[in-house]
Amino acid sequence: MSLMKLTTSALAIAALSATTAAARDQVQVAGSSTVLPYASIVAEAFGENFDFPTPVVESGGSSAGLKRFCEGVGENTIDIANSSRQIREKEIAACADNGVTDIIEVRVGYDGIVFASDIDGNSFAFTPEDWYKALAAEHFIDGKLVANGFTTWDQVNADFPAQPIQAFIPGTKHGTREVFEEKVILAGCEDGGFLQAMLDAGVDEDTAEGKCMAIRTDGKSVDIDGDYTETLARIDSNKDGIGVFGLAFYENNTNKLQVATMSGVVPSTESISTGEYPVSRPLFFYIKKAHIGVIPGLKEFAEFFVADEIAGPDGPLAEYGLVSDPELADTQAAIADEKTIGAGS
Amino acid sequence: MTDVANTGAPAAPKTSKSLLTQDARTIKRNRAETRFKMYGIAAISIGMLMLVILLTTIIGRGTGAFQQTFITLSVPLTEAKIDKTGTRDIEQIKKVSTFGYAPLLSAAFAQKVTELGIETDLKPKDMANLLSKDAPATLRDYVLENLDQIGQTVEFEFLAQSRVDGYLKDRVDRGSIANDKNISAEQLDLVDGLLVAGTLEKRFNISFITGADASDARPEAAGMGVSMIGSLSMMLVVLVLALPIGVAASIYLEEFAPKNWITDVIEVNISNLAAVPSIVFGILGLAVFINYMHLPNSAPLVGGLVLTLMTLPTIIISTRASLKAVPPSIRDAALGVGASKMQSVFHHVLPLAAPGILTGTIIGLAQALGETAPLLLIGMVGFIASNPPETIAEGLLSPNSAMPAQIYEWAKRSDPAFYERAWGGIIILLVFLISMNAIAVMLRRRFERRW
Repeated sequence: MSLMKLTTSALAIAALSATTAAARDQVQVAGSSTVLPYASIVAEAFGENFDFPTPVVESGGSSAGLKRFCEGVGENTIDIANSSRQIREKEIAACADNGVTDIIEVRVGYDGIVFASDIDGNSFAFTPEDWYKALAAEHFIDGKLVANGFTTWDQVNADFPAQPIQAFIPGTKHGTREVFEEKVILAGCEDGGFLQAMLDAGVDEDTAEGKCMAIRTDGKSVDIDGDYTETLARIDSNKDGIGVFGLAFYENNTNKLQVATMSGVVPSTESISTGEYPVSRPLFFYIKKAHIGVIPGLKEFAEFFVADEIAGPDGPLAEYGLVSDPELADTQAAIADEKTIGAGS
Repeated sequence: MTDVANTGAPAAPKTSKSLLTQDARTIKRNRAETRFKMYGIAAISIGMLMLVILLTTIIGRGTGAFQQTFITLSVPLTEAKIDKTGTRDIEQIKKVSTFGYAPLLSAAFAQKVTELGIETDLKPKDMANLLSKDAPATLRDYVLENLDQIGQTVEFEFLAQSRVDGYLKDRVDRGSIANDKNISAEQLDLVDGLLVAGTLEKRFNISFITGADASDARPEAAGMGVSMIGSLSMMLVVLVLALPIGVAASIYLEEFAPKNWITDVIEVNISNLAAVPSIVFGILGLAVFINYMHLPNSAPLVGGLVLTLMTLPTIIISTRASLKAVPPSIRDAALGVGASKMQSVFHHVLPLAAPGILTGTIIGLAQALGETAPLLLIGMVGFIASNPPETIAEGLLSPNSAMPAQIYEWAKRSDPAFYERAWGGIIILLVFLISMNAIAVMLRRRFERRW
């Protein structure tokens, strides 16, 4: 029984010390699953090279991460939110309501979004217009919105094989979805003159854009709420499927996937950094300024994340698939000065 | 008195067939029975088949994770690179980051290849790419602990990077690497050369069982060890809290509580609680333990508290069942010789019910051990590469993951090498679960008494 008493008292002491002191000594990060691999590589290197403990990095999606970030200030809230899109005005307001006012925005680099299909299947050379035609919920034909009737790719573009349309795209909680809608679907809608046609027909701009970006829900396009692994599994079981992936994920699975070109450009870190490959987006993380100086190692971690040896073109992040930011020096300076959003930026 | 008339002439049987020839109805009934037996056998066979498929898949895919490819390399710890001042001041040496150690490895690798006489056009940096990205960290940790070795040449066994390991495990072949930027055909030629020379070999990797998680860039270095400690810490909390609370509650309810509507309501609620989905306890844990009580995020203490709530109903129900199974005559006899109610319970009933209670507790613990859903909400699922904790309190409070959470985390990472580790992790988890269940069965066999 004495062992029992010992453990019970140890537990009690532990619980007590946790409630009274609650001194958290490691950085807590949550958010985008696209940024997660990069953040974990940095966290690991940070733990190795500094005397601070390895930061904890959780995933869950950009929106979920920012929501947790905005829950308030204090040691039981996270310090950094990873995001694969920029923070929204609405989120900044929600943050401010909970007392999270000084937020430092850090852009770590760019990530390419690629379209890939099974390695043994047909090859594709897409343009945004093809994707708009294949996935839009409704097409604007002769002054009327008609439900999308395309079922095979050769109906979309005569150059394509007669393969059934089956797309696996990121679900709405992913930041990637927003980029997909804006840079591919909306761009395709504009390129093909569909947006202009709607505007000419007297539809107001917001509605027209909304109609452009509405994705069909008849099963030809499936939202994937999980990670890219799930998309890969779907393509494994349905060889006609074409999935949306991050460049880094594709580069790690080149033995299973073949990548499609977009407007004639093959996605790679080079073609993305020069801007040739059109579908890329910046990756961000957001720091709670109030936690700097309270949570040990927070500022050092942020500085280490964007240091040249990490996020630079030859660093481990670029090696994993991140397209490094040519303006990294500005980002480094912004962290050093703890420049917050809305404070003269 | 109609009977009398009947006894004289016994009623002729309605059918004249003997018992040995079956009539249509009997045949039908017998067929139904045979059919039912067949259904039963089919159901069992399907179950067994699934089990066999499951186990062979797990073992087939997972055993690879227990082996890893190592490269033996003698690295000269050049003073000019590591300790520029030459003062052996640890603070100065710490300023050299892991990136500073990479050139040492490239040089050492190039030298090794020359010594072995392997022809290759690769640059030293590309050769060193065969090593895990963990290698510079291993080197740096060694130097920081052995400052006196600076200037010497030390032999190390480094992990090989995941593609090389995959090549030895037939996961990667020359056909599939055409578009892979992590490895080239020349590098695989070098691997073949090193393999022949014995510098590179595949063998059992203990650090998969003892090590910590690693980032996406180095799947070869990831291990289950730290998350295993996380799981065990949680089990400790569950055991210490759930067993006393659960047993006390059931003894009171079963032996002392008056039977009225209040105890009925409690009873119904305990049964309902056992059926509540575990994610609900996760949300509760987030709201109460983290947001209200300000316990630290990602701590096994919080995970343990949440799992305690989840396990309590299981323990209470099984304890009550085993208390009920003790025959009333035992209690009556104890009371009859003058024992108080409490003495009769603690001296006679509880020891007899103990095996059942322990079995229920172990089953409850095993159930909690495999639980992932509630941990998602309290921050125990993610990249948590903490070092093994040194004290019990640290083990409870510093962030950690749990075995099933670690498996989930690996399964969704992009490098296929992590997928193999996820299966390997499942093997470890299954070993834990099977041994816990075996202990439960053993206890029951050994101590159970039947009346």
